[in-house]
Amino acid sequence: MNVETSVRVEDKLFYNRYLVDVGRPHVKVRAHTKPSSQLLALLKVCPARCYELNDKGQVEVTVDGCIECGTCRVIGEPTGDIEWSYPRGGYGVLFKFG
Amino acid sequence: MIEEKFDAIVVGAGMSGNAAALAMAKRGMKVLQLERGEYAGSKNVQGAILYADMLEKLIPDFRDDAPLERHLVEQRFWIMDDRSHFGVHYRSEDFNEERPNRYTIIRAQFDKWFSSKVREAGATVLCETTVTELARDAHGKVIGVRTDRRDGEIHADVVVLAEGVNGLLGTRARLRERPKPDKVALAVKEMHFLPRETIEAHFNLKGDEGVVVEAAGTISRGMTGMGFIYANKECISIGIGCIVADFQRTGETPYGLLDCFKRHPSVAPLIEGSEVKEYSAHLIPEGGYKAIPQLYGDGWVVVGDAAQLNNAIHREGSNLAMTSGRIAAEAIVQVKSRSHPMTAANLSVYKKMLDDSFVIKDLKKHKDMPMLMHTNSQNFFLTYPQLVSRAMQNYVRVDGTPKAEKEKVTLKSFVNARSWTGLFGDAFRIARAWR
Ligand SMILES: Cc1cc2nc3c(=O)[nH]c(=O)nc-3n(C[C@H](O)[C@H](O)[C@H](O)COP(=O)(O)OP(=O)(O)OC[C@H]3O[C@@H](n4cnc5c(N)ncnc54)[C@H](O)[C@@H]3O)c2cc1C
Ligand code: SF4
Repeated sequence: MNVETSVRVEDKLFYNRYLVDVGRPHVKVRAHTKPSSQLLALLKVCPARCYELNDKGQVEVTVDGCIECGTCRVIGEPTGDIEWSYPRGGYGVLFKFG
Repeated sequence: MIEEKFDAIVVGAGMSGNAAALAMAKRGMKVLQLERGEYAGSKNVQGAILYADMLEKLIPDFRDDAPLERHLVEQRFWIMDDRSHFGVHYRSEDFNEERPNRYTIIRAQFDKWFSSKVREAGATVLCETTVTELARDAHGKVIGVRTDRRDGEIHADVVVLAEGVNGLLGTRARLRERPKPDKVALAVKEMHFLPRETIEAHFNLKGDEGVVVEAAGTISRGMTGMGFIYANKECISIGIGCIVADFQRTGETPYGLLDCFKRHPSVAPLIEGSEVKEYSAHLIPEGGYKAIPQLYGDGWVVVGDAAQLNNAIHREGSNLAMTSGRIAAEAIVQVKSRSHPMTAANLSVYKKMLDDSFVIKDLKKHKDMPMLMHTNSQNFFLTYPQLVSRAMQNYVRVDGTPKAEKEKVTLKSFVNARSWTGLFGDAFRIARAWR
C-alpha cells in the first residue's frame, strides 16, 4: 500500500529559501521517448517532487525546488538517465536551520 | 587564477572540513577552504546530536560560545506499529553535569559558528564557490582544484576532500565509486517551532534539558529506516529516513512517510500547534565498514561522509566526520613537518591513525549489521514491531484471560509469523552482527 499523495510538497517547499540560477539548471534528464524504470522511480522518490510526467508520458525535471539531496543522482546517473551537478556557488537552496 | 599556492585546500565546510581546516590552520599551515553554500552550513542537514568529546578535542572551550540547543538528559527508543509504541526510555540526573556529553544543535547555525573559529585560526575561507574538478599533473597526482569562479585553478600540496556524502569530485576523478542506492538512506526533515515552555511541557523538561526520540517500526512500511524527534530550545526537529533502494523498490514517497509519522497518535501531541519553518532532505551513508573507499592517494585524502564514515547503527556521523578531519590534518602536518612530499605512501599514515581510532574500530564491529537489516527489513521493521505491539497489549490488558494462556498466545503469534528457525536465526544473526 502506498501512502496517499495528498501531501502538498509545494507547500513544504514554500517554507524554504532559494536563490534560483535562472536558465542554468543543475539537473538534466536525457531526452527519451519512453521513460526507464529508474526515471519513473524519481517521480516518487524525489523529496521535492521535482520530477513530473509531461503529456507525452516523458519524465521532466524542474529544479527550482530542489533540495540538493542527490537521491536522483544515485538512482539515475549510473544508467545515464540524468546528469547531476551542484548549482553554481551560492545558488540553490539556502537552509536557515538544516 | 589565484597565483598563491597553499599548503592545503579543504573542499567543504561541514563537520569534517571545518575540523580539518581548523586543525591545520592552528598548526600554522596555509589553508584555503572552499564551500559552495552562501555560508558554511547553508547546505547542511542533520538531526542533530552533537557529541561533545570530539569537538572538545578541537575547541576545548566550545561551550562558551557555540550555538548549542539542549543538553540531553533522556534518550527514548520506540518500536512502533500503526497505533502504538513500545518504548525504552533512559533518563538520568547524571546528565545534568557541568560538561554535558551530548547536545542538540541546529546545523546551519552551528556550522556558521564553527567556520568563524576556522577563520580565527588563520585559514582563508571562501564561500559561494563550487569546486568543479580536481587539478592533476601529468602523473595523475592531485595538485589543486578548479572552481566555478573566474579565477579557475588553485594549487596546493594536498587536497582534503570533505565534500559530504555525494562526493561528486571524488567520484568524477574516479578516486571512489558513486554511492549505491542500497548503501545510502534518504532522510527528510522538518523544523517545527513552538514556545520554549510548550516544548518543555510536551517533553517533560526543565531549563536547557533535552531529549531525543529514535523510532523504528511500521512507520517505515517494511523498508529499512528510522524516524527521529529531537527537542531544541524553541523548535523540534522531526524526520524519517529509509534506504534509497527501498524507496525505489516500494514507490513510497519520503514526504508521505513523514506525514504519517507526524500524524501517529504517539507523535502528533508532541508537535501539536507548531509552526513549520523549513523542509529539508539529505542522504546518509549506511554501507558501514564494507563501503569505506580508498582514503588517500597522491596529493589527496578523503574524510567524513565522503569516505562513508558513518555509524548508522548508533546514529553517529558528525563525530566520525570531525574525528577523521582532525586525524587527516594531524597526518598532513606530520608529513609536512618532515618536509616529505604529499605522496600516497606518505599520506598512508592517515589511514593508519584512523584504523587505531574509534572511527574504524566501531564501524568494523558492526560491519555485518547494514546488510542484515537491509536483507531482513520486512521482519525487523514490519513483522516484529507488530508482534511486539500485540504482545504488549496482550500483557497489559486485564480481561480475565489466565496469564499462562496469554503467554501461549503471544508465543504462538511469534512462531506463526517467523517460525522457530526464523526466530532463532534472527536472534543469532543479530547477536553475531552486534558482537
Ligand atoms: C537527517 C540526518 C540526521 C543526522 N543526525 C546525526 C546526529 O544526530 N548525530 C551525528 O553525529 N550525525 C548525524 N547525521 C550525520 C551527519 O550529519 C554527517 O555525518 C556529517 O554532517 C558529515 O559531515 P561532513 O563534513 O563529512 O559532510 P557535510 O556536513 O555534508 O559537509 C560537506 C560540505 O561540503 C560542501 N561541498 C560539497 N561539495 C562541494 C564542492 N564541490 N565545492 C564546494 N563545497 C562543496 C557542502 O556544501 C557541505 O558544506 C545525520 C545526518 C542526517 C542527514
Ligand atoms: S537532488 Fe534530491 S531534491 Fe533535487 S531533484 Fe534530485 S532527488 Fe529531487
